[in-house]
Amino acid sequence: MISFVLIIISALFFNGLIIRTKSVCSGRRGPGIFQPIKDVWRLFRKGTVYSTTTGWVFRAAPIVYLASVLMACSVVPFGERGGIFSFEGDFVFFAYILALGKFFCIIGALDTGSSFEGMGAARESLYSMLAEPAFFMTVGSLALLTGHSSFADIFSAIHLSGALSYAIAFVAAAVFLVLELIENSRLPVDDPKTHLELTMIHEVMILDNSGFDLGLILSTGYVKFAMYSAIIANLFIGSIPTVWAVPLFFGVQAVSAVAIGLIESFTARFRMNHNPQFIFALTSVALLVIFGVLLAAGNFS
Amino acid sequence: MDFSFLLHCGPFIGDVRLVADSLSLWFMAIICLVFGCGLAYGIGYMKHYGEYRPHVRLHWVHYAVCFLSMLALCVVRNTLAFLVCWEIMALSSFMLIIFESWRKEVVEAGINFFIQSHISVALLSVGFIAIAHQTGSYDFENIAKYNGSAWPIVLILAGFAVKAGFVPFHTWLPKAHPAAPAHISGVMSGVIIKIGIYGILRTISLTTIDLEAAGYVILAVSAVSALYGVMLAIMQHNLKRLLAYHSIENIGIIGMGIGIGCIGAGTANPYIATAGFAGALLHTLNHALFKSSLFFTAGNVYQATHTLNVEKLGGLAKRLPVTALFFLLSSVAICGLPPMNGFISEMSVYLGMFRWLGTADAAGAVGAAFAIIALVLVGGLAILCFTKAFGIVFLGTPRTDIPPAKEFGWSRHWPLALSAAVMLSIGLFPQLYVNLAAGAIDCFPGTASDTMDVARWTVGVSRAAIAAVGLIALLFAVRALANRGKKVREGETWGCGYTAPTSRIQYTATSYTRTYAELFSGILGGGNRGDEIQGVFPDEASFESDSYDALERNFIEKPLNGYRRFMDKFSFLQNGHLQYYILYGIVCIVLAVVLTLIFA
Repeated sequence: MISFVLIIISALFFNGLIIRTKSVCSGRRGPGIFQPIKDVWRLFRKGTVYSTTTGWVFRAAPIVYLASVLMACSVVPFGERGGIFSFEGDFVFFAYILALGKFFCIIGALDTGSSFEGMGAARESLYSMLAEPAFFMTVGSLALLTGHSSFADIFSAIHLSGALSYAIAFVAAAVFLVLELIENSRLPVDDPKTHLELTMIHEVMILDNSGFDLGLILSTGYVKFAMYSAIIANLFIGSIPTVWAVPLFFGVQAVSAVAIGLIESFTARFRMNHNPQFIFALTSVALLVIFGVLLAAGNFS
Repeated sequence: MDFSFLLHCGPFIGDVRLVADSLSLWFMAIICLVFGCGLAYGIGYMKHYGEYRPHVRLHWVHYAVCFLSMLALCVVRNTLAFLVCWEIMALSSFMLIIFESWRKEVVEAGINFFIQSHISVALLSVGFIAIAHQTGSYDFENIAKYNGSAWPIVLILAGFAVKAGFVPFHTWLPKAHPAAPAHISGVMSGVIIKIGIYGILRTISLTTIDLEAAGYVILAVSAVSALYGVMLAIMQHNLKRLLAYHSIENIGIIGMGIGIGCIGAGTANPYIATAGFAGALLHTLNHALFKSSLFFTAGNVYQATHTLNVEKLGGLAKRLPVTALFFLLSSVAICGLPPMNGFISEMSVYLGMFRWLGTADAAGAVGAAFAIIALVLVGGLAILCFTKAFGIVFLGTPRTDIPPAKEFGWSRHWPLALSAAVMLSIGLFPQLYVNLAAGAIDCFPGTASDTMDVARWTVGVSRAAIAAVGLIALLFAVRALANRGKKVREGETWGCGYTAPTSRIQYTATSYTRTYAELFSGILGGGNRGDEIQGVFPDEASFESDSYDALERNFIEKPLNGYRRFMDKFSFLQNGHLQYYILYGIVCIVLAVVLTLIFA
């Protein structure tokens, strides 16, 4: 329960922090870190325009999208304190319930009958398919390292002792950070601020959403950011007492937000046809982690 | 507790044991469910063939025969009787497939099915006879007593694999499914190919071969089947053919469960064995439900629009809203997404794999890692495939002038509603169904004594899935409340400033999968033909692209063509002159006599 609440709190400032970092890097003052939430609140109070082409699928999509991410958050633990739901293999549920949201996001985009949104949908479905194995391999290596197969057990059993566990934790954190970028359609895979339909992935899929629905989609994105960072934080929380774990949690959230801001400030977007290679390379990194763990466990001797 | 009965079948076959244990009952329940839904749906479907009354009558007779032979296959415990039932099943399903026998492609597909069915029969016969030869009886028990070399078992498994549609024995599926009427496609994909799975499971529960080695082979073949099936499914533009390739994928997932189960049994790890076999059995049920629903909805699409080419469809969710809803629910289920049922079986297979990864030696761990990657990719590709199928067929605006379709009545929908209800109940209360399957799981060697002990996760999944459904409902209510009294308007789709959009600027199925096709062009067969547009005022130009099954082309068509070319060299023998044929006869008789005299 505590992790869920903390993720929602982090979601309030996460995107603001990214924007602030980017502003500072480009020499501007930038808006306050709660500006994105204020924007969402404004959208929640606005009326909605639906395309005449769309039907019930388009109207259901934002809701299922948000629900899927919230459900995914509900299995993320807080160190040894499990999430709202905690069971064996909950990380499979995590990945698949997120996929449910993506599924609806994609068909919501296709419901508009727009050529641009179809383009975004095609890219989103392909890239998220390619990114999926990296997540499973990373969690798999952690499961292998700890001998457990639920988020809560894995993260409470990670005792950072010895060079190997540190190395694995940091590589896993790096993989999760890149996954966070891919899943949220950020640089270097997608650039949310180009405002050119032909070059976008996620943003182009929601061109026709407005009002409350757009607010739902934007807030889903913020929660998603905080959720992935919460998993990274979990790598380091372990069984630290809550008093220290909460500041550490927010520290990791802030560091990852700033890191994303810095990455976005100093990298350019890939050409679309380089994205698959980049995303699939992540799986090989994750495979390296798994073989590293196997090597350390003496399986190859 | 098992039902058991001894049937005297005359001097040739001898005594036939009929035994219905939990494994048989599990499959019989699935068969009854799917055949029942197929019957209910098919009655409405067949009304469109009013002028072919005798055909329709013959069709339903064969439907009943097929149903009974399938049930018989689940209970007979004598290999000869089994082969007889198998043949009845193959012939009756052949007749079911060629219902529209006035269409050439239907008969072609039917004959393809007929030949491949008999390859399966041949493999099974040889295997069964080899075992009977060594052990002296045709009873199933003798498969357990058999302890010679493994090849008869391999032949039997291969025979069942042809029926189930594992790669490279899959080529009959994508031909037969589009040719058959929708309810037959549903039944065929839902249960007829599953009888192959039943055969494999039954053989594994009896045999004494090295299960670990068998598990590795089954897992490898299944992973290839699953990946290859879904990769080709994405490229298909015929809706039923797409679904047929998806059957290959799902058979692959079931096979992965069986493989994991065998590895668990072979390495004496009850957790892995139970998780694997539970995944396989549950996925058999799940696939039977969602795939038959998908074929039924595809039948609705076909009868409403008279085409299955997805590139010509679009916007059907407005005309066929109920069909669209059931197609969507089944799509979500087939992609293995919670809260539907497909997730439960895939989860069980995943858990088996992760446990295997944690406990295996080096080779096993590498195998497990790649098996997990394969299953994850299959899941991702399935989402790509079904967002395409649902999005292009049901969403957007119509791509061509298809006739204005009307939604069908309740008689066409209640079988779909029943399937959907069962699917959702499996997704929300998996523990009940795992409990039901527990008896069948116990039929396998090396499984845990208490299935629920292994499947404790189902309780957690159940809670989370119910919460997910509740959360979605809650969010709908919140939005309805928040939007109360606010302006909700309708307008054109945003066209980037372009104000005269036509349906032709929509993304098509080909463009939706273009990047994917380029990325995997090394594996997928296919090509583009056409002239490049040249000059300032180009002439008329044409372009077409297609995809084909590279495995079928290279491993079946090419050898067959080579064989045919070789046999053509002897075609001079068949010259149509009666004198020659009499001469052949005389030469043969003379040779027979002379050779006998020489060698005797």
